[in-house]
Amino acid sequence: MQKMKLVMVGNGMAGVRTLEELLKLEPDLYDITVFGSEPYPNYNRIMLSPVLAGEQGIEDIILNDLDWYRENLITLHLNKKVVRIDRKNKVVYAEDGTEAEYDRLLLATGSNPFMLPVPGKELAGVIGYRDIQDTNAMIDAAAKYRHAVVIGGGLLGLEAANGLALRGMDVTVVHIMPWLMERQLDQSSARMLQRSLEAKGLKFLLQKNTQELVGDAAGRVKAIRFKDGTEMPADLLVMAVGIRPNTALAESAGIHCNKGIVVNDTMQTYDPSIYAVGECVSHRGTAYGLVAPLFDMAKVCANHLARMGIARYQGSVTSTKLKVTGIDLFSAGNFAGTEETDEILMHDAAGGVYKKLVLKEDKLVGAVMYGDTKDGSWYFQMIRDGKNVADIRDHLMFGQSHLGNSGHQGQSSAAAMPDSMEVCGCNGVCKGTIVKSIKEKGLFTLEDVRKHTKASASCGSCTGLVEQILASTLGGAYAPQAAAVKPMCGCTEHTHEEVRRAIRMEKLLSIPQAMQFLNWSTPNGCATCRPALNYYLLCAWPHEVQDDPQSRFINERAHGNIQKDGTFSVVPRMHGGITTPAQLRRIADVAEKYKVPTVKVTGGQRIDLFGIKKEDLPSVWADLGMSSGYAYGKALRTVKTCVGSEWCRFGVQDSTQMGIDLEYALDRMWTPHKFKLAVSGCPRNCAEAAIKDVGIIGVESGWEIYVAGNGGIKTEVAQFLVKVKTREEVLEYTLAFTQLYREEARYLDRTVHYVERVGIDYIKQQVVDDADKRKALHQRLLYALQGAGNPWAKENINAREFAPLTI
Amino acid sequence: MNNWKHVATLEEIPPLGSRVVQSAQGDIALFRTAENEVFALLDKCPHKGGHLSQGIVFGKKVACPMHNWHINLADGNAVAPDAGCARAYPVKLERGQVYLLIAE
Repeated sequence: MQKMKLVMVGNGMAGVRTLEELLKLEPDLYDITVFGSEPYPNYNRIMLSPVLAGEQGIEDIILNDLDWYRENLITLHLNKKVVRIDRKNKVVYAEDGTEAEYDRLLLATGSNPFMLPVPGKELAGVIGYRDIQDTNAMIDAAAKYRHAVVIGGGLLGLEAANGLALRGMDVTVVHIMPWLMERQLDQSSARMLQRSLEAKGLKFLLQKNTQELVGDAAGRVKAIRFKDGTEMPADLLVMAVGIRPNTALAESAGIHCNKGIVVNDTMQTYDPSIYAVGECVSHRGTAYGLVAPLFDMAKVCANHLARMGIARYQGSVTSTKLKVTGIDLFSAGNFAGTEETDEILMHDAAGGVYKKLVLKEDKLVGAVMYGDTKDGSWYFQMIRDGKNVADIRDHLMFGQSHLGNSGHQGQSSAAAMPDSMEVCGCNGVCKGTIVKSIKEKGLFTLEDVRKHTKASASCGSCTGLVEQILASTLGGAYAPQAAAVKPMCGCTEHTHEEVRRAIRMEKLLSIPQAMQFLNWSTPNGCATCRPALNYYLLCAWPHEVQDDPQSRFINERAHGNIQKDGTFSVVPRMHGGITTPAQLRRIADVAEKYKVPTVKVTGGQRIDLFGIKKEDLPSVWADLGMSSGYAYGKALRTVKTCVGSEWCRFGVQDSTQMGIDLEYALDRMWTPHKFKLAVSGCPRNCAEAAIKDVGIIGVESGWEIYVAGNGGIKTEVAQFLVKVKTREEVLEYTLAFTQLYREEARYLDRTVHYVERVGIDYIKQQVVDDADKRKALHQRLLYALQGAGNPWAKENINAREFAPLTI
Repeated sequence: MNNWKHVATLEEIPPLGSRVVQSAQGDIALFRTAENEVFALLDKCPHKGGHLSQGIVFGKKVACPMHNWHINLADGNAVAPDAGCARAYPVKLERGQVYLLIAE
């Protein structure tokens, strides 16, 4: 079959990102042709400032080299400007006569710098700041001339001014507004910024209106004259007063434009064969000039070009970071505030720190930070998610680490970390390695960084730090993905919640059925989504769904814990940590018979036999005659207990018996992640119940129930749920909370993550305040666990899983 | 010399699953895809020696159970950006019987 033809006009970041996304989805659908008016392949435009400042070379900022185009069989026309679109015959023509037919046309023509319409703007030495050519012109001028004037005190203007000053020029920034970066900063933070830049040698003229540019005899600019009659010398004049979407080509072809090429939520223009992405478009009346929204557009556009037809672009909240070395500045959202908003303000003028958070009805809607921006990405994420911050409002200002959230309390900000400092303790990745990969390989997302460096790819506790490093390296190009819209994995556009809802509402009963109904993009998923789907199906329809062992991680398939040499460990169930001489004797016999190299008492008060060969597992289990302790699963691990009132002179409740009862009640249950309990018989809390998913503490008058504690990756003290009087109540409340977690948590979220997401108040509403809901949750868990068998029992073992083949 | 050796029937390998063949050259993992194609790799991840036979099979790849490297079943190459290769063995499927080309 003949492939369709896709032609792209414009070879910049948004357009090429669209192609990359498209090639991921449908590598063979199109013959692709690209026209670029510049002589370079796709480069990282936001890194022009470091090039100008002499911190990087042009070769450092190339994102896709020529080999990339070759490898993907893309016909690339560099230095060719497309001047005409024949929409009727679907052909585009370049200036030099090159033509290309298309079935789909993608316009990614970007934007042009806006040149002030003042006399003298056509003089030599008057330039915009937009591409490599402009950057080179500035670098050349800096070598020859002395006086530079930058018109425009916005992001781009300040970066240009900083770069020119670093190259030895005497630089003055002229700005028409009363303070710098008025679209990103309020007056206080802008003043602090101005002082820092003045300390670096820049000069500022604010509220100055340009009258004209004066040239010398050779036609080169030599001075700038203002409306108030003053004048100052200028051998180089950079206009950085804004950008205008480049719509000339689209308009000449009769495509509807209104301050940008008008597109709908699928990035389609008024001509259905023609799509547009990037700075040239106007979407719902907004044209974007930062990179992050452009990448969102690219993803949506690729989805439609690949004929999947399920993505929508709904606009972006943007954030800004100034890439001037030594200046930390961050702003996002509606930082100016309105009458309906509240502000939380911190201003330490001497310390050079300024932070302003803007809230509307308990939601963060904007933030400006100067001097200390390490929590910028955290605030930005909350703005994008529209997260309700009522619970943390009183300490919101003190940042993420103050919440004990990152696992790196007291860590200095990512930008200030030395390159040699280890960020990811699991994979041994230091900051320098991450920064180098981001720059050299053109990484933009957390996922990219995980793939290339492995940082935060294992336990994930350094995710926040890695995101900070991304944010501080990329500046405005960094877009944390809103958690609310994060798809389950690369195989689908759907979120965990959407998938679970569909499974429940449509009564989906198998993985293939769910994948088909939800338009999975891969034939049988991946190692991320299949275990999650298997769990969601079993949780929703416990007695209808057939478990799929091939969609389980090996530990849950072999009912043992795989070790690094491929052997397994075996932990038999000992309810509440109580054992008998007869059990211990059998365990000892098994250890000797199978020459078990290591016998260990686990953290959860059980006995672990290490080094069992997979093929021996069934006979080990038979010899033990005990049931599985689920020490390998996303399941109830153990209920840790203290001695309690039966023996302990301090004990006020029988914690051991309570632990036994709970372990029987919750045995053989699958959960989104591992699930640990502890019961203490008095407030001395020897069973360490405060760091468990559910912790029960006996007091004189009954039991206190705590939830969502964690002693591992993210040390977090459990939160008080309720105090009850009787054993029956402990069971009912505990099982109800457990079922709520099973039904609503995302796969691989511990209770700490789940409760952080929904809030402890919500849990109390469901489990404590509403007796009917509690009883229904309790009943649903009892129903789900009906008839659950011991996976180590002979009748439940799939012999094929364990027996090797021989030649 | 190399010979085609009968090692299993297709039915003995679960779809999207694997079986281990013990051989003189070490353990070899047999994989079966959803489309009933069969592949054979040395049961050793090029990363840290994880047992690929114990991983989750999806598409024509397997995810190593140790550190989640993705290995292409057809040639044993790790999926980029990871780099490495597990030895692949020629395998053929005839009338439901699986044969492995392997040195005596």
